[in-house]
Amino acid sequence: MFDTLILILDSTVRLSTPLLLAALAGLYSERSGVFDIGLEGKMLGAAFAAGAAAAVTGSAWIGLGAGIAVSIALALVHGFACITNRGNQIVSGVAINFLAIGLTALLGQDWFRQGGRTPPVTGDARFETLVLPFADALREVPVIGGIYSELLSGHNILVYIAFLAVPFTWWVLFRTRFGLRLRAVGENPAAVDTAGISVTWLRYRAVICTGILCGIAGAYLSVAQSAGFIKDMTAGKGFIALAALIFAKWKPVPVMFACLLFGFLDAVAIRLQGQQVPGIGEVPVQAIQALPYILTVVLLAGFIGRAVPPKAGGTAYVKERS
Amino acid sequence: MSEQLAIELEGIDKRFGAVQANKDINLKVKKGSIHGIVGENGAGKSTLMSILYGFYHADGGEIRIDGKTVTIASSQAAIALGIGMVHQHFMLVENFTVLENVILGAEGGARLSKGIGRARAELKRLAADYDLKVDPDAITGDLPVGLQQRVEILKALFRGADILILDEPTGVLTPPEADHLFRILRVLRDEGKTVLLITHKLREIMAVTDEVSVMRRGEMVATRETSKTSMGELAELMVGRRVLLDVEKTPAQPGAPFLSVEGLNVRDARGVDVVKDVSFEVRAGEIVGIAGVSGNGQSELLEAIAGIRPARSGVVTIDGTRIDLAAARRDPAEIRSYGLAHVPEDRHRMGLVTRFHEYENAILGYHRDPACGRGAFLDLDAIRATARAGIEKYDIRPPDCALKTANFSGGNQQKIVLAREIERDPAVLLVGQPTRGVDIGAIEFIHKRLVALRDAGKAVLLVSVELDEVRALADRVLVMFDGRVVGERAPETAESELGLLMAGATQEAAE
Repeated sequence: MFDTLILILDSTVRLSTPLLLAALAGLYSERSGVFDIGLEGKMLGAAFAAGAAAAVTGSAWIGLGAGIAVSIALALVHGFACITNRGNQIVSGVAINFLAIGLTALLGQDWFRQGGRTPPVTGDARFETLVLPFADALREVPVIGGIYSELLSGHNILVYIAFLAVPFTWWVLFRTRFGLRLRAVGENPAAVDTAGISVTWLRYRAVICTGILCGIAGAYLSVAQSAGFIKDMTAGKGFIALAALIFAKWKPVPVMFACLLFGFLDAVAIRLQGQQVPGIGEVPVQAIQALPYILTVVLLAGFIGRAVPPKAGGTAYVKERS
Repeated sequence: MSEQLAIELEGIDKRFGAVQANKDINLKVKKGSIHGIVGENGAGKSTLMSILYGFYHADGGEIRIDGKTVTIASSQAAIALGIGMVHQHFMLVENFTVLENVILGAEGGARLSKGIGRARAELKRLAADYDLKVDPDAITGDLPVGLQQRVEILKALFRGADILILDEPTGVLTPPEADHLFRILRVLRDEGKTVLLITHKLREIMAVTDEVSVMRRGEMVATRETSKTSMGELAELMVGRRVLLDVEKTPAQPGAPFLSVEGLNVRDARGVDVVKDVSFEVRAGEIVGIAGVSGNGQSELLEAIAGIRPARSGVVTIDGTRIDLAAARRDPAEIRSYGLAHVPEDRHRMGLVTRFHEYENAILGYHRDPACGRGAFLDLDAIRATARAGIEKYDIRPPDCALKTANFSGGNQQKIVLAREIERDPAVLLVGQPTRGVDIGAIEFIHKRLVALRDAGKAVLLVSVELDEVRALADRVLVMFDGRVVGERAPETAESELGLLMAGATQEAAE
């Protein structure tokens, strides 16, 4: 029983990682007042770029770099449309999602001719799991050994980066000048402008942060969790991340717990496939796979209280002519 | 020493498209003085101050600060020159603490910890020096507006401002809060700061300034020493002709009650009781004014009577028709059909669709009238004729009913709403903030129109945060505080007494 639990929690961590990276990515952008439903598209673009670059160069790190670069590029497209040209943020986000779906499939097929996949990556081209010190030695210690060597140890570096990004984001947001200004510009850009700070530049920096984290999330999917890019491999994770972000009311630590919850449901769903649940019988896979989505709807429909988004979110800043 | 100039403007020009907002402006402001700038809405005061604060760039002219010629390219440049601005709409982040708001943009390093400590000490010093006490850890949005304004002043002083510009600072304050603000401004002046006070309220100019400059239609028409001028002279300079600050009207001759409200209770979306057990009546041929600081339930009261906002309990009788507001969801159209018209407080949010043509707004809410068409079809010719009649009667300018409503000035937009509501010949007119954002000429017209409606034997319920307006128009004044009617007074009652009631002083204390 304990071993099963550890296994489920272990896979919870793996499954939460891309959600967490994407949700934190969204946090930067949305806290600055730029809504971003294009997390999905940026992740997908990054996953493809990472998979392709890693397969060609044989280096996971170059893959990661390529993923981040593509994600930042897409983030800047969103920024150019929404910040500079004051376009509609939702429309721009949707456009980026479509662009990513179409372009990754098209380029993947054209370059590698494997039905939209990138060639499988192995060895240095994929992020290997790290074994924490003494993990093997402690394996036999009851409870703690299991938790340490199974749950904490044995993940790839991007998992650790994702979870370290949580306290880091909190620190940036609440303990630095950049964070203060970021929060301010998402609530009242006019206050930032009259304080003599550029709203535009601040928001661009925020969407670049979003690009970086989405890039890591995408690379995680294709060169860490899986060994290569598969068509549409994000499968709605960007949207789940967005739900987690709202669910957590745009706060970094709650974001982590929300992502862990969604990851946990996913892990349970995988675990329960084909299993007999006492009293119920075999649970249809689809029902369990739908759980995170149902939960999102239920939770957002009122169980978490009102989630108040950053006040200036969704609107471009125009200097008022008074 | 007093001849030193803090600000010198020479030949400032600013044009927005076809509108010349500032034309050849010259201004000299002495160091260590409180200098008032008055003018009607749209006279160019705010534009001029925005130029001084680096928000806009002048098309021509020269700015000298402390005798040195400068170019102010951005707010940052203005701040560096020691210019601070308190905007009409506060530039505060509501969910930030006072401290966070104060340091925003002047954090003193990439990490906050050091700057915050310094700012806390500095705030303490400023609080002691200038009588500007605010809890640095309070959430800004939870503070009353008077204190939020203090935060704005602190922001400017924290940045080392020597010149403080205040744009319409008293619009949101109660009279006691305004008096406190004036005390603060005097202290600032005595400490050597220069204060520029932008307002359209002459009473404030007389109360607090040393010198006053008058703007009219983009030009600076005069500068006077405050002690050597009068409200009458300033008003005349502002509009270019003499205006009646008092509304001429004969004593009311109240008839039968046309509107009566009994036991009205309203709870808002947050679950807060905003109108508490309010009862009153308005008789034919009288104007009842409701005075109060905004946010004390007046808006909700109006909306509940008009059927826009659900009431928890309460009975309203309009011209003999008894309506139980809580019994069923009432819709505004039903209530209107009993003879009630409503000029809402916020014409942009509720009164008009500004992207519509003027003639469309002229029938908004009355589009089902047989006069506007048959069945699903609108009779555009008839509608335009109605609109043109309104334009003529209410002197709406420009007189073009095909123009988009957004292109009319505030005063003319308000006249569009008034024409629409009054011309349907209601027994009862609810009117909220009839002259908010309206220039003096239009104010006079609107006031006359409301009095004429009264004299025609209608009942008018007026809600306004402008105490002067309530006193000038109303035949009886009800004061609202915290959702209750806390007193009824004659309009001649001293402003100080009404002010105390508005601020929530108990009735006994006010008497």
